[in-house]
Amino acid sequence: MSWITKTLTSSIGRKIIMSVTGLFLCTFLVVHLIGNLQLFKHDQGAAFNTYSHFMGTNPVIRTIEWGLVLGFGFHIFEAWALTRRNKAARSQGYAQWHAEKNSEWTSRNMGILGTIILIFLLVHLYNFFWRARFGGLPKVGGANPEVRDLDNLYLAVVDSFHVWWYVLLYVLAQISLGYHLWHGFRSGFQTLGLNHRKYTPLIKYVGYVFAVVVSAGFASMPLYFFLFTNAQGELAANAPSLLHTVASAF
Amino acid sequence: MNLTLNVWRQPNRQAQGKMVEYHVKDISPDMSFLEMLDVLNEDLLHAGQDPVAFDHDCREGICGSCDLFINGRSHGPEKGTTTCQLHMRKFSDGDTITIEPWRANAFPVNKDLSVDRSAFDRIIQAGGYVSVNTGGAPDGNEIPIPKEIADRAFEAATCISCGACVAACKNASAMLFVSAKVSQLALLPQGQPERKSRVENMIAQMDKEGFGACSNIGSCAAECPVGISLENIAILNREFLAAKATSNNLA
Repeated sequence: MSWITKTLTSSIGRKIIMSVTGLFLCTFLVVHLIGNLQLFKHDQGAAFNTYSHFMGTNPVIRTIEWGLVLGFGFHIFEAWALTRRNKAARSQGYAQWHAEKNSEWTSRNMGILGTIILIFLLVHLYNFFWRARFGGLPKVGGANPEVRDLDNLYLAVVDSFHVWWYVLLYVLAQISLGYHLWHGFRSGFQTLGLNHRKYTPLIKYVGYVFAVVVSAGFASMPLYFFLFTNAQGELAANAPSLLHTVASAF
Repeated sequence: MNLTLNVWRQPNRQAQGKMVEYHVKDISPDMSFLEMLDVLNEDLLHAGQDPVAFDHDCREGICGSCDLFINGRSHGPEKGTTTCQLHMRKFSDGDTITIEPWRANAFPVNKDLSVDRSAFDRIIQAGGYVSVNTGGAPDGNEIPIPKEIADRAFEAATCISCGACVAACKNASAMLFVSAKVSQLALLPQGQPERKSRVENMIAQMDKEGFGACSNIGSCAAECPVGISLENIAILNREFLAAKATSNNLA
């Protein structure tokens, strides 16, 4: 093995890959969340479909997409490799073990949280990404020449978000994601050695805010469509008046 | 006070061990935890049984020998103490106390509660030292070290190598121990000649001994009897990255 492979397969090396890919995936979450906010726009999905068409066809985005695949791949592979090493370090466990007295639950259960997110991710990719990329979606149609030839991913989203078990899976996965980020965000900085008495408290609280905003932001979409809209994604008449007020502003 | 003890008994390194229940009577709340175990062993000897083997030496919190995992915590429930500094007044009459050895494959059990921590010695041998020139004694304060740096190095140097961090870590990771040694010497001018090889060799030895990786959960620092902070692990990660990126060592 060369010095590079030795470095990257050492215990710290694997953690560095975990943190670099993890923080990269955090940037993906930001882009994904901001893009998806267009679901809330009251234009029968015109903005969202234009955006998803751009994301599916733009050569720069399609190239970065491979980076995303590698990011997920390495994050998951290293999680598996590290868990194996960590389990092998203590084959005889304790009769009594009170880790809850000295550490947070979420920090000790990143693997379980990550597995829930992975299961969700596979369902999510199959449901939206696979259909958008490899066909099966109807065209938007209608009179608007700017959007009528685009795939109607918006309608697929609205349909899915009216299926109760899919909404439930989505919300559970976002709660898991929130807890995963709660520990993962600041842990990523610590692993890279980015620890300083001045900035570490800030990183910690930014991480908490990031975890809550991202998971709540993603979870709000299925909940919004499930609770407040009809089959076309239009606000139902009995939705809270606040939502009607906000909707009319856009 | 009268107590029930669940103690790990294991005749030797190869044998299977098991938890055995004992009862001790008339324990004074002023006794240290180790003195309570001395009472248990007196009772066992009088009854013609094999006393419980446990590690201890200075009994004043300096040597780091008294490695007992008490009621699911390294060195028991009290914060910032070794087992010898833990007093029986922290327990109540009628309590059941579970006493186990450190659990890590890198720390095999010698007998009962005594574990072999020579893995730590081998990590130190791999790089936890500085080269000193022979000759006349150098003048005091010949090498200027800023007070703040000296303080931080001293904070790291308070590590007594007890292994509570490994015992408390869900991954049985030795990162807090190794980080205390690495950052102490990386901060000081005397540690500069071996700065890169030290961290490379100590991490290689740490991995070879079979310790787990760091998940940044913080159990180690919370259970550390001398308060080694997680900041040291970040320094270790920095030192490791910098050394790997810039050293001339291709192996």
